Amino acid sequence: MFAYDLDLARRSLRRNPGLTLLMIVAIGFGVGASMTTLTVLHVLSADPIPGKSQKLHNVQLDPREADGYIMGQEPANQLTRSDAEALLRDHKADRQAIMTGGSVAVEPQRPGLSPLRIRGRWTSTEFFPMFDVPFLTGSGWTADDDTAHARVAVISKPLAEKLFGSIDVVGFTMRMESTEIRVIGVIDDWHPEPHFFDLSMGAYNVNEQLYVPWTTSRDLKLGHDGEMTCWGEEKGDQLDAGAPCIWIQYWVELASDAKAAAYYDYLVNYSLEQFRKGRYRRPPNVRLRTVTDWLDSENVVPSDAKLQTWVALSFLVVCLVNTVGLLLTKFLRRSAEIGVRRALGASRGAIFTQLLVEASMIGVGGGAFGLLLAWLGLWAVRHQPTNYSALAELDLPMLGATFAIALGSSLLAGVFPAWRGCQIAPALQLKSH
Amino acid sequence: MDFIPIISTLRRHRATALLVILEIAFTCAIVCNAVFLIRERLANMNRPSGVAEEEVVQVILTGIGQKADPDVITRQDLVALRSIPGVKAVVSTNQIPFGGSAWTTSISTIADDPNAPVHVARYLGGGGIVRTFGLHLVAGRDFSSTEIVEARRVDETPTPCVIITQALAERMFPGEAALGKGIYMGKTRVPIIGIVERLERPNEFGGLSERGLAIITPEEISYTEGSNYILRVDPAQRAAVISAIEPTLRGVDPNRLILDRLPFGDVRQKYFKQDRAMAWLLGVVVITLLVVTALGVVGLASFWVQQRTRQIGVRRALGATRGDILRYFQTENFILATAGIVLGMVLAYAINMWMMDKYQVGRLPASFLPIGAGLLWLLGQIAVLGPALRASAIPPAIATRSV
Repeated sequence: MFAYDLDLARRSLRRNPGLTLLMIVAIGFGVGASMTTLTVLHVLSADPIPGKSQKLHNVQLDPREADGYIMGQEPANQLTRSDAEALLRDHKADRQAIMTGGSVAVEPQRPGLSPLRIRGRWTSTEFFPMFDVPFLTGSGWTADDDTAHARVAVISKPLAEKLFGSIDVVGFTMRMESTEIRVIGVIDDWHPEPHFFDLSMGAYNVNEQLYVPWTTSRDLKLGHDGEMTCWGEEKGDQLDAGAPCIWIQYWVELASDAKAAAYYDYLVNYSLEQFRKGRYRRPPNVRLRTVTDWLDSENVVPSDAKLQTWVALSFLVVCLVNTVGLLLTKFLRRSAEIGVRRALGASRGAIFTQLLVEASMIGVGGGAFGLLLAWLGLWAVRHQPTNYSALAELDLPMLGATFAIALGSSLLAGVFPAWRGCQIAPALQLKSH
Repeated sequence: MDFIPIISTLRRHRATALLVILEIAFTCAIVCNAVFLIRERLANMNRPSGVAEEEVVQVILTGIGQKADPDVITRQDLVALRSIPGVKAVVSTNQIPFGGSAWTTSISTIADDPNAPVHVARYLGGGGIVRTFGLHLVAGRDFSSTEIVEARRVDETPTPCVIITQALAERMFPGEAALGKGIYMGKTRVPIIGIVERLERPNEFGGLSERGLAIITPEEISYTEGSNYILRVDPAQRAAVISAIEPTLRGVDPNRLILDRLPFGDVRQKYFKQDRAMAWLLGVVVITLLVVTALGVVGLASFWVQQRTRQIGVRRALGATRGDILRYFQTENFILATAGIVLGMVLAYAINMWMMDKYQVGRLPASFLPIGAGLLWLLGQIAVLGPALRASAIPPAIATRSV
């Protein structure tokens, strides 16, 4: 029976090739545009650290001055240096790391290479195990290195290749900001997207290639990249320990909800203590967000990407309405044929199924065309100048979704025309001819 | 043309007619909003910065290692750059409009304001900003040489005075003259000595309502702190100046990185690349949508013509002219398009209201109504012309044959 339905559908579609093509192209455009934008959205809102995103938490405190305080207001989204260093000393979480981003000038010793500007991260020992950073050779530094302000660095594979022409460079020395520093580890090309642990330089494509102990970075007065907010009188060095400036990110790993609750209480108590001492001017205002919640609260997905998705989806709706209209006219025009089939004993169900098969053949065609367009669309997105565009790749789940959407939407488009088609009364149609 | 018979015919094809109306309505709503968004993006991309865009060149640089005397080197750099033929003025500053990253300061009209203060972009650069950027002073004056704070004395010297933008003057002192009044940065009152017509922020900090809120203060800044040298050059000699910058700076101190040298046009181009990409994308969607809708109308009209072949033959045999048949289909399309446009405009405003709420866009101007309506009527008439001509070509004799 199904084969018969297919055959009828094929014949019917071939009777009006122009119209069939129009419906396939319309669905294809709608599906292609929707899938392109949905894929971009899917990539941009992906979990940057699957398996750990519920265990890692970002710490927010509110050390700002009393002026402008509103109850229930969001605390500052980064920490001051003194708070972050105090939390690190207390060491209350399973793992924790202080960190900030910065840029440094690196002077390659290989002849013919001029100095490079490299983005790096100044952090503490547990950064590497906490974020599952993949090492190719060597390892991260130890807590002792942190305490000793050791002149050591972890570099990325591309930087190792650029500076030394090899990745086997543990123990080598590199010159950075006119200082010698020893390479102790090389990591694989690792850049979580979004760059969740520091969003202040943009959420995507941050490309950090160098990691230096936090304590060492303060000795060498390495610079700071990203957002910094200060208050009070703007005097003195903003990167100093006592400066009223927020510019540090602080992450903790907490294995269970109970531990997270305990850590939250610890942060509230810490704030309260600071408030009593008169250092904090605001009552305790603490957030301890998991990676997922943190990304939501910071609205990382660009609003243009969302807007594009809405545009594409409404485009798909128009294409579907178009297809419904064309299918309806087409099926109703076949009233005579349907009347004869009904008169010869075909049930309403049989007619309905046959018409729906015809609609889904258009869906398959539209899906295939849409997939081609989505693939082209993503290629075009990758050549767009936005900083996240390079990430736009079609993965397997999205490939499946494309086909599901194409087939689903054309079935949806086929249901109403097919239902109308199968309502045709046999007698009436036979009479007029 | 009589509308009644057409409408009664359409009522017999209620579902199909409704679908055409819906399609036109959706298309109308989406196209109106998309075109409006394109227009907003283009307006954003073309908004003036306040600087003399043809003449300004940005140099981004950074030192290597801790420098003993960055202030001295900065001063030598500025002298050397000024001596390049074609350079009119030079300043060492911390930022430039549309440059991306920004220095922001909060200011207020009273000391220790308990309410949320105004966050403004703060341009530093001794006395050179107004002249080098080519800003237009609408009131007051530029900094005098006695007001300039040298970089090495910044920590112990309070800011003596400030120049603000007209947009900020209107925000802080609405309806009053701002010149001579003071703004507070923390506890200190800083008198306003000049007002410039316009100076945009380096980025979109604070969104639409905070545009153009900027101050200029007379602190000098070394290149290691500010990373920016701005040059005002003779446009005719710009290329020569740009190629002379690197050797000139290397002549003063070779041990640093010159990261970029950009005419202001390139700064603007880089900053607005995303808006440009979005405008293109929306443009492609609008055109594809119009094509799909037009083809849909062609498809439906063709079907109707086929379906009514006998009926048309009968009408022709009863004396209707070819023109009558042609006009019949044109009028039918006009009625459908009109219904679609009316529904579409309502939908367009609903979408616009939703976007105003979520995506910070403005209100859809009323002028889009007639333009959108005219466009869709025209589109419908073009689409229906082919099928309608085919219908009018049906010979009366067809009435005598069975289909």
